[in-house]
Amino acid sequence: MTEYVTVKPRRGAWPMRYLFRFIAVAYLFMLVAWPVSLVAKNTFADGWSSMRKALADPLVTSSLRLTVYVAVVAVILNLVFGVGISLILVRRRFPGRRVLSALIDLPLAVSPVVVGLALVLTYNRRDGWLGTTLEDHGFQVLFANPGIIMATVFVSLPLMIREVAPVLEEIGTDQEQAARSLGANSRQTFLRITLPSIKWAVVYGGVLSLARALGEFGAVKIVAGNVAGRTQTAPLIVEQRYQDFQQNTAYATSFILAFVAVACIVVVSIIRPKGNL
Amino acid sequence: MTATSLARSRRAPRTGALTLGSGLGLGVGMIWFSLIVLIPLSAVVVKAQSGGWDGYWHTITNPQTWAAIKLTVVQSLLVTLVNIVMGTLIAWVLVRDHFFGKRAVEVVIDIPFALPTIVAGLVLLALYGPRSPIGVNIANTQKAVFLALAFVTVPFVVRTVQPVLEQLDEEVEEAAMSLGASKFTTFRRIVLPSLAPAIGAGAALSFARAISEYGSLVLLSGNLAMRTEVTSVRILTYVENGNTAAAAVVASTLLLISLIVIVLVDVIQRRIARRD
Repeated sequence: MTEYVTVKPRRGAWPMRYLFRFIAVAYLFMLVAWPVSLVAKNTFADGWSSMRKALADPLVTSSLRLTVYVAVVAVILNLVFGVGISLILVRRRFPGRRVLSALIDLPLAVSPVVVGLALVLTYNRRDGWLGTTLEDHGFQVLFANPGIIMATVFVSLPLMIREVAPVLEEIGTDQEQAARSLGANSRQTFLRITLPSIKWAVVYGGVLSLARALGEFGAVKIVAGNVAGRTQTAPLIVEQRYQDFQQNTAYATSFILAFVAVACIVVVSIIRPKGNL
Repeated sequence: MTATSLARSRRAPRTGALTLGSGLGLGVGMIWFSLIVLIPLSAVVVKAQSGGWDGYWHTITNPQTWAAIKLTVVQSLLVTLVNIVMGTLIAWVLVRDHFFGKRAVEVVIDIPFALPTIVAGLVLLALYGPRSPIGVNIANTQKAVFLALAFVTVPFVVRTVQPVLEQLDEEVEEAAMSLGASKFTTFRRIVLPSLAPAIGAGAALSFARAISEYGSLVLLSGNLAMRTEVTSVRILTYVENGNTAAAAVVASTLLLISLIVIVLVDVIQRRIARRD
């Protein structure tokens, strides 16, 4: 959102302006705003009873707990590796750098189902490239939390890097070099200089990847095996409850997920400084 | 958040070679990225080749699979066309128009990006399904596939075009108009060429997202074989039946189509940029 330079509307000469405004707002209202508002309307059609009933369902609460756990772990991993990979991509020259920077965006163009399939092929215990070895050491990836976390990180890691890398590029290295020349070691430089200047980018990246992590469906469905009460995440329970004709529970769970997602978007739109999309 | 800004940022080298510490960091980062992304994706490509060319051809020409691929590609192209027009128009309204509630519109555009896909399907079903308050029921039809894809791809063209439009100098347009160019000519000759690369990038992103969509279609499209079943659902069926080789074949086809379209869009926008 930007500081808009007000252009004086040419009076009378711009009926097109109103037509365009109408088309844009109507399109977004019919396609996004109205449908999304229905999740609240349908959830609270009879007051709080659907929500209470859903939250009394132990499978729903355990799925919400699992989703929050997975999302938090995934966001922490994204913070560490996202910032690390961005720093190296932006600040260092090494062979294969262009290739790596192109590959980083790959997960955004891959179907969630393909992500799930890819992880299954690699980590299944029968003939997976890495799964057999891990299984010998008693470490199970598929149908367990590590698999769900990996699928979630796969789809959300680029969101963090896409926020942090451009900011790192923009701030340049002058301040860092000044700090170094004044005797700061690399840890101090990172904590005192680099991190404060990228903190908002890290926050946006974190919030966006949190929203994505809470809602991942396709990839998790394949790697988690959908075991009720154990590997069933909240989006998976929405599908199951809807297909079991418990639509009220499906709506109530969806409302919680949608509420968090919209809250994430609103938070980002408020704290993002003006002039920076 | 946009592809273009990131691509720009990754060029223009500023600093030096790897030190011991950053080399180690690079190693750890690469191992992490390989374990999660690169090795699994290569496993898909390798698995797809396990049945040889015959196996590949046999899977793709299976009537149900072929119908799914055709439906997905056609609907994704249609949605991308709609996004090119509507996305550019919405971006124009957001940058050049001023009205009460514009910030709310900004938030609405980003909702499809963050909303869990299964919830997207559920809410579209609430408005355009059997219990629709406006009496429109398109559940289990190809229109439902189009609708879901249009929903999840709303932000892409808007968010790539908007920053470019913001930087465009309105004086150039005014100059063109003062020299007698009509509004349409000004748009076609002045505005459109500068927006073309951004529109192209947004279109590529939105197509790639559309052909890979899964979650929002589960409840809405009914997944009827030969009619409303998309490629992702087809892959999932293969996985659930334990036929991972066939799943890998279809998955790698999907990756290939994505790649072709992205390259094609790149070529087209280069050509437009050159003509400018």
